Amino acid sequence: MIPAAFEYYAPTTVAEAAKLLAKHGDDAKLLAGGHSLIPLMKLRLAQPKAVIDLRGVSELSYIKEASGGLSIGATTTYYQITSSRAVAKAAPVLAEAAGMVADVQVRNMGTIGGSLSHADPAGDLPAVVLALNASISTATSAGKGRTVPIDSWFVGLLTTSIKPGEIVTGVSIPALAHMTGTAYEKFANKASRYAIVGVAAVITLDTSGACKDVRIGVTGAGPHAVRAAKTEAALKGKKLDEATIQKAAGAAADGIDCLSDVHASAEYRTHLTKVCAMRAIQKAASRAK
Amino acid sequence: MGHNITVTVNGTKHTSDVEPRLLLAHYLRDVLTLTGTHIGCDTSQCGTCTVMLNGMAVKSCTVLAVQANGGEVTTLEGLAKDGKMHPLQDGFWEKHGLQCGFCTPGMIMVSYGLLRRNPKPTEEEIRHAIAGNFCRCTGYHNIVKAVQYAASKLK
Ligand SMILES: Cc1cc2nc3c(=O)[nH]c(=O)nc-3n(C[C@H](O)[C@H](O)[C@H](O)COP(=O)(O)OP(=O)(O)OC[C@H]3O[C@@H](n4cnc5c(N)ncnc54)[C@H](O)[C@@H]3O)c2cc1C
Ligand code: FES
Ligand code: FES
Repeated sequence: MIPAAFEYYAPTTVAEAAKLLAKHGDDAKLLAGGHSLIPLMKLRLAQPKAVIDLRGVSELSYIKEASGGLSIGATTTYYQITSSRAVAKAAPVLAEAAGMVADVQVRNMGTIGGSLSHADPAGDLPAVVLALNASISTATSAGKGRTVPIDSWFVGLLTTSIKPGEIVTGVSIPALAHMTGTAYEKFANKASRYAIVGVAAVITLDTSGACKDVRIGVTGAGPHAVRAAKTEAALKGKKLDEATIQKAAGAAADGIDCLSDVHASAEYRTHLTKVCAMRAIQKAASRAK
Repeated sequence: MGHNITVTVNGTKHTSDVEPRLLLAHYLRDVLTLTGTHIGCDTSQCGTCTVMLNGMAVKSCTVLAVQANGGEVTTLEGLAKDGKMHPLQDGFWEKHGLQCGFCTPGMIMVSYGLLRRNPKPTEEEIRHAIAGNFCRCTGYHNIVKAVQYAASKLK
């Protein structure tokens, strides 16, 4: 399978890349790790006339500690994330989930910016950045870059709130509060390792051991990653005993229009969402101690 | 349309005029006639097309040749030195790590990438590392043994 012909551009700065994107508009596609885009181009489901390769834009590849949290450049690969001490310390669940993506070859190429821009319904990192309360920064050629809270980023199947001409430049993750535990649990497709369902939990306990704060991200179940709002509400302020967790996890798929496809029926996805939520909550709570 | 690229493959610099849509796997096999790199699924799933790009194992059916411009590629053909097989190649021979051999180039290259990052992997780590490579006839036990053999020989 061979992609349709295109012009290839290899800018070395964000400014140059943004200018190329502004010039070519809808005819252009940004290329990061290429592990979603190139397969689509080979199937000719994507036929961009211009491909703007971001891998040579060195200013987009970094992991920085930022007041206890993290700032990660868009073209930082899964491999770089899994092998970073800073990530292991400030956002261990991100390293955990990035290490569960596909296989080593995909992790060597695939990027956090590509994953969050592509917004695959079965992508792992979308659930994790939702739970971590991340924000996304973008740049344009006209200097109209934005910072977008993650809660308003994923809006539909393979769709984000990115605007024409915008390039995702990085992801910011706030510092985890004291007594916080995190976990990611996924039920993976056996061949590709894509998440049939994946649930990320970030739980903060207070001194009495009750749940002070909680964010839960769900991927794979519906058309795009979402927070499990009902589950969060059912945990907040409560002691996280088995019965409370089980009841809360039972609501994890509420409000999600679960997908039905060759990998799993909607009914099965609903079930898996509850199970993954329960495991992620248990694990995160146990790690918060 | 043509794009001028220079890629160092197995230590030799090659300069070629290629179409941007040319895949790295096709560049290696058809332009440089290095057919040790196989193409199996052509859909990023099977791993037989694995090569090292700038020190990392990648699936060459999912990388454009232009993305390797200015970079270094190592293929199966680049492993033997001075007429002597690489310990991984010996390992697949000694431990019967192949039957038809179709998956072998990718298995060896992904293991090569593993041993560079982790010279003394556990069995579990080896199995995790080759998870993106499919073997449809040997089975994985002897492949794991072959990688363990190589790890024991590589100092
Ligand atoms: C065999 C296989 C198995 C996989 N398994 C998993 C899995 O288990 N879990 C998982 O989460 N994913 C999986 N993936 C997908 C993989 O993680 C992709 O790498 C990821 O979805 C996209 O990242 P990328 O850097 O490769 O982006 P690309 O493919 O380069 O780009 C994807 C899309 O995002 C856009 N884009 C990229 N970067 C930017 C940017 N900075 N700003 C704006 N737009 C941008 C591109 O224009 C394109 O539309 C798998 C892929 C393969 C091939
Ligand atoms: S041919 Fe590249 S992964 Fe199968
Ligand atoms: S040796 Fe035949 S597929 Fe692996």
